[in-house]
Amino acid sequence: MSSAPTIPPQFEIVDQPLDTQMTISMGPQHPSTHGVLRLELVLDGEMVVKVTPDIGYLHTGMEKLFEYKKYQQGIVITDRMDYLNPLGNNLAYVMAAEKLLGLEIPTRAQTIRVLMCELQRIGSHLVWLGTHALDIGAMTVFFYCFREREKILNLIEAASGGRMTPSYFRIGGLMMDLPAGFEHRCKQFLDDFPKAVDEFHTLLSGNRIFQRRTQGIGKISAEDAIDWGLSGPCLRGSGINLDIRRANPYSGYETYDFEVPVETDGDVWSRYMVRMREMKESHKIATQALARLQPGPVKADAPKVVLPDREAMKTHMDALIHHFLIVAEGFDVPAGEVYHPIEASKGELGVYMKSDGGPKPSRVHFRGPSFVNLSALPMMSEGEMVADIVAIIGSLDVVLGEIDR
Amino acid sequence: MGLENIIAEALPEVLTTRLDSLINWARKSSLWPATFGLACCAIEMMNATTSRNDLARFGAEVFRASPRQADVMIVSGRVSRKMAPVLRRIYDQMPEPKWVISMGACATSGGVFDNYAIVQGVDKIVPVDVYIPGCPPRPEMLIHAVMMLQDKVMKESVRDRRDIPEEEAREAVVPGTLPVTDGSTARQNTLPESRPYTIASRHERRRSS
Amino acid sequence: MTPENIEPSPEQSLSSETTPSPLVAALQREHPEWIAEVIYAFGETTIVVPREHLVATCSFLKTWPEGQFNFLADICGADRGVEEEPRFEVNYHLFSTTKYHRIRLKVVLNEEDTHVPSVTGVWRTANWHERETFDLFGVIFDGHPDLRRILLPDDWQGYALRKDFPLRGYEPYSLK
Repeated sequence: MSSAPTIPPQFEIVDQPLDTQMTISMGPQHPSTHGVLRLELVLDGEMVVKVTPDIGYLHTGMEKLFEYKKYQQGIVITDRMDYLNPLGNNLAYVMAAEKLLGLEIPTRAQTIRVLMCELQRIGSHLVWLGTHALDIGAMTVFFYCFREREKILNLIEAASGGRMTPSYFRIGGLMMDLPAGFEHRCKQFLDDFPKAVDEFHTLLSGNRIFQRRTQGIGKISAEDAIDWGLSGPCLRGSGINLDIRRANPYSGYETYDFEVPVETDGDVWSRYMVRMREMKESHKIATQALARLQPGPVKADAPKVVLPDREAMKTHMDALIHHFLIVAEGFDVPAGEVYHPIEASKGELGVYMKSDGGPKPSRVHFRGPSFVNLSALPMMSEGEMVADIVAIIGSLDVVLGEIDR
Repeated sequence: MGLENIIAEALPEVLTTRLDSLINWARKSSLWPATFGLACCAIEMMNATTSRNDLARFGAEVFRASPRQADVMIVSGRVSRKMAPVLRRIYDQMPEPKWVISMGACATSGGVFDNYAIVQGVDKIVPVDVYIPGCPPRPEMLIHAVMMLQDKVMKESVRDRRDIPEEEAREAVVPGTLPVTDGSTARQNTLPESRPYTIASRHERRRSS
Repeated sequence: MTPENIEPSPEQSLSSETTPSPLVAALQREHPEWIAEVIYAFGETTIVVPREHLVATCSFLKTWPEGQFNFLADICGADRGVEEEPRFEVNYHLFSTTKYHRIRLKVVLNEEDTHVPSVTGVWRTANWHERETFDLFGVIFDGHPDLRRILLPDDWQGYALRKDFPLRGYEPYSLK
C-alpha cells in the first residue's frame, strides 16, 4: 500500500484521556435505523448522553413538486411519502382536495376506503413488527410478518394494480370498483389473520429476552408526549386516549364499532402492545366494512372533477369532452386553505392544502407523524444504553420518506 | 479434446476448466449485497428476501451491513443530494470485485422526481452494471436482475477486477463508465462538461397556462 | 399591513371540525388587539394574529379553559407569490386533546422583514417545525434555541420552497 490516507482539514485530533465522552455518528447507512437516518450520539461509555438526529438524507422536494402538478397528478407522489402506508397518504391528500371542492362521496366509496385503509394499517404494522423484532434479534418474526403482508399486498394489487404504490383513491371516490372475487379473497385473509397475530404474541410477548429489552426503555410521560406533539401509537402508549378517527371522524368512521387501545407505561413495551392490539382492532373494522359493502357508485357525481367511465367516454360526447378537459387542463379548485388530519398508521397525518383558484395547488404541506415522533427521540433516549437506541427507534416506527418528504 | 479425454480416463477425479470460469462461477453464486435500502424500493428488496420470493436461493444469502464485506451494492431508492457523497463513500469502501445494481426508476434516472433535491440517476455517482425499471419493481424483477448480473459476471475476465489502490479509487470519479481493464480510467482527470440548466422543466413551462 | 377591523363572516359549513365561534367571540372580548382578522371557511377557523402578539396568544390559548389548545399539530409556511404583498405567511395549526377542536393562527410577513418570534417556549414540538420552515422559506424565528437547516444540506444556498426558486435547482449534481 502506498502512503497512509490523510485526514481532511476539518477534523482535528484532540488528545484527551479516556474518561471523556465520545461522539459517534450512527450513520445514514445502517441496518437498524429504518432508512437513511443519521444520529449523532454523544456517549459516556455505553450510556447515551445526547442524541441529535440528522435528517434530510431522503429529502425529495415533494412539496415543491405538488405545486407544479395538477391535483390528480399529485396523488401519485403521495404514495412515495410514507411508503408503508401509501393508501393513507392518498386518502389524506384526496380528502383535503374534496374538502376544498365540497364534494360528497358515495357510501360504497367510503366503505371501500375504510376497508383498504385498515388493510393498509395492518400491513404497515406488520412491517413495523418485522423490522422491530429483527433489530431486537428475533429473525423469525420478520419472515412471518412479511408472509402475512404478501397476502395484503395481493389484495391491494388486485384492487389497484400496484403493490406498494397503489394510488387507488381519486378526488371524488376511487380509481375503479373492486374486481370480482375480491370480497371472497379478502374474507379469506381476514378469517386467517387473528391466528397470525396470536402467533406473533406466542413468539414475542412471552419471550423474556424481548421483555427485558423493551420494558422500561424509552419512557416518555403523557405531558411530555403532548408537548412534543406525539400522536398515534406513541401517544396512546403513554396513556392518552386520542385517535383522530374518534376525535375528528372522517369517511364514516363514527359508524364503526372499535376500541382504541391505550397503555399507560409509556415505554417501548407499551407501544408494542398498543400496535399489536391495533392490528386486531383494524381487523375488526375491516370485517365490518367488508360486511356492509352494498352495490353502488364509487365516484362522486361531479362530471367536471371525476373522470367518466371508459364506456361512457367512448360513446357519449359530453363524457369525452369532460375526460379530455380533466386530463389535459385539470379542474379549478376554489381558492382557500384547508388542513385535514387523518389517523395514519403512525399518527396524525395532516395535509395543509392551499389553493388560489387554479388547477394546481399553491401550497401542499404534509404534517408527517414520523417527523414529529422522531423529534422526541432525544428526550426518550437520554440515559439509555446504546443498544437500546435501536429498540427505541423501532418503537417510534419512523419512516424516513415521511420525515424528509 | 485429446488431453481432456486422457486425463478423464487416467484421473477421473480431476476436473479441467478455465480459471476464469471457475472463479466467476464462485463469484456469481455468492453475491452478497450491501444493505443500501433508501426508500420504497428497499421494502421491495426486503420482500425479495422473504419467503415468497427468496433471493437467498440465488446466492444472495446475507445482506452484509458493512460494505467491506459485500460484493454487490443494490441502490434501491431515490438518492438525494445530501446522500450522494455518502453513497460514493460506501461504494469506495467496497473491495473489488464489486458490482452495482440500480433498482427502481429513481436510482436509474431520477424517477418521478425531476427536481432540485434528487440526483437524476445514480450512474452519475457510481458505475452501474444492471438497471431495473419500475416504481417499485416487483421482487421478481430484482431476482431477474440478480440473474442478469450473474450472467454478466460469468463473462468477465479475472484481469478486469484487480483491486486498485485506495487513492486511485478516490480519484476515479468518472461518471457513467465502468472501471475496466487495467485501471487506466482511474488515472484520467477529465470530467464530461455538465450542461448548464437553462432548459426549464416541462412542468415549469406549463405553469403559466 | 393587515386590516384592523374584525370581520366574522357567517360560517359556511359545519363539519365535525366545528367552528369554535363562541371561542373566537370570547377571545375578541378578552384580547381584541390580538385578532387582526377572522376567516371562517370550509368548516375551519383562521385567526390572523399580528406578529408581536403571537407568543402571548399562543400561551393564552394553551392554558385558557375555553380553548385548552395543548397540542401544536403543525407549523406551515407558505409563499403567496413573488409579487404579493405581504409575501409570506406562517400557519400554526392548534388542536385540543381534551375538547377535540382545531383552530389555525396565521402570521403574515413582508419579504424584507421575515422575523417571527418563536413559540418553542409554549410547545416544544415547535422546534423542528420552525427549523423546517426556516430551511424551506427563510423565515427567521427569534428566540429559537437551534435554528439551522434540517432537510436540505447544510451548505445549500437559497430557500427551496420559495416561488422564485426553480424546480430543478440551479445546476445538476456532480461529485466535485
